[in-house]
Amino acid sequence: MAQMSLNVISSPHVHGGDSIPKVMKTVIYALMPATALSVVMFGWPALLVILLTTLSCMVTEWVFMKIRNRASTLDDYSAALTGLLLALTLPPHTPWWVCVVGGVFAIAVGKQIYGGLGNNMFNPALIARVFLLISFPVELTTWPIPVDIFGPASYGLYDSFAIIFSGDYGSLSMDAITGATPLGQYRMETGLGKTVQDALYGLYNFDHAQVAGGLVGGSIGETSAALLGLGGIWMIRKKLITWHIPVSMILGCIVPAGLFWLANSTVYPDPIFHLVTGGLVLGAFFMATDMVTSPVTFKGQLIFGFLCGLLTWIIRTWGGYPEGVSFAVVIMNTAVPLIDQYTRPTIYGAVKKTEQ
Amino acid sequence: MIEAVLSISGIALVAGLGLGFAAKKFHVESDPLVSKLDELLPATNCGNCGYPGCMPYAEALANGEAAVNLCSPGGKATMEALAAMLGVEPQALDDEGPTIAWIDEDKCIGCTACIKACPVDAIVGANKQSHTVITVECTSCEKCIEPCPTDCILMVPKVATLYDWVWDKPQGPYTIQ
Amino acid sequence: MGIASKIRRLFHGGVHPPEYKDLSENCGIEAMPMPERLFVPLHQHIGAPCDPCVSVGDKVLKGQVIGKPAGFVSSPVHAPTSGTIVDIKEHTVGHPSGLTMLCAIIDTDGADTWLDTLKGIDDPMNAEPSSLRDQIRNAGIVGLGGATFPTFIKLSPPKGKVAELLLINGVECEPYLTCDARLMEEQTERVIDGIHLTLHALQTKKCIIGIENNKPRAIEAMQKAVADEPNITVQALPVMYPQGGEKQLIEAVTKKQVPSGGLPVDVGVIVHNVATIAAISDAIRDGKPLINRLVTVSGLGINRPANVDALFGTPVQSLIDHCGGLKQETKRVVMGGPMMGVTLHYMEAPVTKGTSGLLAMTAKEAHEEQERPCIRCGSCLQACPVSLMPTEMAWFSRTEQFDMAKDYNLYDCIECGSCAYVCPSNIPLVHYFRFAKLSIGAAEREARQAEISKKRTKIKDARVVKEQEARAAKKAAMKAKMAAKRKASASATKKPAATDSTAAGDDKAAKAARAAKAAQAAKAARAKKAAASGDAGGDDDKAAKAARAAKAAKAARAAKAAKAARAAKAAKAATEQSE
Repeated sequence: MAQMSLNVISSPHVHGGDSIPKVMKTVIYALMPATALSVVMFGWPALLVILLTTLSCMVTEWVFMKIRNRASTLDDYSAALTGLLLALTLPPHTPWWVCVVGGVFAIAVGKQIYGGLGNNMFNPALIARVFLLISFPVELTTWPIPVDIFGPASYGLYDSFAIIFSGDYGSLSMDAITGATPLGQYRMETGLGKTVQDALYGLYNFDHAQVAGGLVGGSIGETSAALLGLGGIWMIRKKLITWHIPVSMILGCIVPAGLFWLANSTVYPDPIFHLVTGGLVLGAFFMATDMVTSPVTFKGQLIFGFLCGLLTWIIRTWGGYPEGVSFAVVIMNTAVPLIDQYTRPTIYGAVKKTEQ
Repeated sequence: MIEAVLSISGIALVAGLGLGFAAKKFHVESDPLVSKLDELLPATNCGNCGYPGCMPYAEALANGEAAVNLCSPGGKATMEALAAMLGVEPQALDDEGPTIAWIDEDKCIGCTACIKACPVDAIVGANKQSHTVITVECTSCEKCIEPCPTDCILMVPKVATLYDWVWDKPQGPYTIQ
Repeated sequence: MGIASKIRRLFHGGVHPPEYKDLSENCGIEAMPMPERLFVPLHQHIGAPCDPCVSVGDKVLKGQVIGKPAGFVSSPVHAPTSGTIVDIKEHTVGHPSGLTMLCAIIDTDGADTWLDTLKGIDDPMNAEPSSLRDQIRNAGIVGLGGATFPTFIKLSPPKGKVAELLLINGVECEPYLTCDARLMEEQTERVIDGIHLTLHALQTKKCIIGIENNKPRAIEAMQKAVADEPNITVQALPVMYPQGGEKQLIEAVTKKQVPSGGLPVDVGVIVHNVATIAAISDAIRDGKPLINRLVTVSGLGINRPANVDALFGTPVQSLIDHCGGLKQETKRVVMGGPMMGVTLHYMEAPVTKGTSGLLAMTAKEAHEEQERPCIRCGSCLQACPVSLMPTEMAWFSRTEQFDMAKDYNLYDCIECGSCAYVCPSNIPLVHYFRFAKLSIGAAEREARQAEISKKRTKIKDARVVKEQEARAAKKAAMKAKMAAKRKASASATKKPAATDSTAAGDDKAAKAARAAKAAQAAKAARAKKAAASGDAGGDDDKAAKAARAAKAAKAARAAKAAKAARAAKAAKAATEQSE
């Protein structure tokens, strides 16, 4: 063995063992408790939606890598994660074609046309959700009331296929099985001049614990802020993400909410309401922290997170839509390169030099 | 709803028919050799050859206006393929790496012709004494080749040393299937 | 060593790879049998390469200088043992390129005879510090931590700067390596003596020895040795790579940062590796030059890990053989540590002053993964001990926007490899940075060369013009003289001058021009009609005649030029001197 290799290999010769598949899988695992609860809460239709978006994302990814004549990147699990995240932003009874269009859009327009993983500007799942919300507002805002999968009123497997693939609810009337989300209720009713208390009474009763536990209508992933938060904290413990974005994003939303609530609690709901309803926790831990589309510097992450939260609250309070997490994150995605550029860390020895 | 669908379809139909008509009406028969040559080129349209793109270079090649060794991204393989297609001799590529002049001291008669030709005084030697090249000063301008009466000056590849060695660029993230 | 101290960071970033120190930390220092042939590179340090000062066939003695330093930042190379110089030629060395370097090849005679003129300094603690520095310089001592910067330069702080603290680097943060730890355990006295001598050479009072706390025995030995010396303390440091980096160690111990682009002495600190310190002791006490060092031979691919005292020039293969050879599973042999070492292409590469380790790495340890796209996870930013943005630097290196890469502080990168170690996409970040740095270097070299060429062209052009003028002036003077002579003779003999001399000259010139023209025409004709033989013989004859004439003219010109060249050389020397 006089000659080992002519490949010029640069140091380091050892590696920590982290890999993209590991990263993506960890995020998927972190989402599992909340996803499982959603399936329990909303029944088989929710599971079908998750499978449909995930599959369409993976197929699109595969097709694109074939077209680009590259080795398949399905093994990095990023497409699967995008599919899962997209499903979590959709209502539990989303028709199949909306799921498929969303999945294809997320990968094709959200990711691959930029050059694939690592090059996309927007969070693919969120840009797809925004696209769907604007294109198919009715399908995206039909919120079924949670029906326990084990309960007597649950949808059977056959019924679930009918709901997703043909929109056929059989003998059930749409009005009976759908309802407003707390955020939707708040915006609609306060828009009619009611106080927050009156607007939310009946649907929500200000039972924050109940909502945080997931017993409320909304998109698949909005159900349980508590479980999502737990998954997020687990990711922080695994050092996959840092606390900067989630904490600053939540603060960015609930701090102004709290100030306005203190000023006028009949018009503005309390900060905990903002925290436990809608997609704030999902967005803070899983959407805004998407590595590709968030800043790399700690300072930048704090700015990015805070502005995401602030925009969310602004849209929720005064915007045209009851929920603003996806818009807020997508808007802030565009500012990421700028934020990174202006939050460069101070390098070793740089401060001393200017002092001298 | 139905009006929107119909009007969009109508616009699409008119535009499609127009394009189809234009394609037939203004069809230009392209030289089959040109397209064949174009296929051999990397289609990156980098412009390294001095032509605006691969197709213009292919046209120039077909007209016998361009040399076959101008495509640097294609490298040696492309040059040979082009030469074979055109039935011409393969030519040396421009980027064979840096070269420097070298004097065969057995053949050198010490005429000093090259010394006079060298613009940077990179050749030393006296009358009727064998000359030699100061390698670090040679700019590979090749001006010394022509005046030499015994043709004893050759351009040889520069020997790589670890002092001017450069790390190669890593391959990058994607592998071709 | 609690978890808290492990996590507590004394400098930004860093990583903690598996240590693998247990492979060799219990192996005592061992000498190795004299290799039959040594390949001693003549450039084993940072700075200018040495000029060989022995010739092929010379007998050399152990400790004899064989490479003389060229320039200030340079360091001599000594014969590691006695023997015969059999060749001085290019030989492969431990360099990532696998390329060669000028090496003195010594056939050892086995007698290991020392040069008898080597002498230490008597009573060094009362000697002039500068004499200690000279002794260290002549002993060829360079930083043995791996950077190989000439030590005497670090011992002579620039004017106005005072070294308040001598920091001894016993950190050995690279995984696997244990030779510094063994040195501190087994040869404590040498190290302590070296510290005293270095403190004297620097005229500094205070010394801190930094050791990572995964070397409890070394810490204990050193602590014991300096127990009654209040000015020397041992500081145990939490394990964190790259704490052994000079700047990182300074930050860890003093909480001060060396200015970017500055020297440690700017914050009043001088850092030396323990092995360097031990070599200083040898050089000053006994006059022994640097001819050997401790090398950790380790890795899962070596049969018998060891800490070997090896002579410079020992081929890696001999070292491997001494340690029981390589296992079948060995994938890569690395010179140095696993984080910053060099992949070896050839096992004939010799041990040099910078060789701290020799690692045989198996597939289990040696990392080889397909690079994936950057997902901007930011792990590299967290791991970077210099707080750089490897994400951006890699992007600008890959797209060859080197100015932007420089703007992102490419040159502050210490190439420690922490970023690439943590990268989930397996991006060879350090490789990108090295590519960028060397590409920038090559471009700068080229630009400099072009500048020099331009200057030389200018000088030559000016010289040619001057020569022509001189020639013309000489010719005119000659002509005038001739004319005067002729006039004189004409007037003397009263013979009518048939033709004017200038007319004759013109005639001559015209003739030559005609001949040259004819030669050219003939050449062209020949080229055209080469195939068609049996041409008009007369034509050929004429052409030949013309060619001969042209040749004669050329020869005459050449002769003249040669004369001019000598004058020109003198002129050139003058211009160069004036520059």
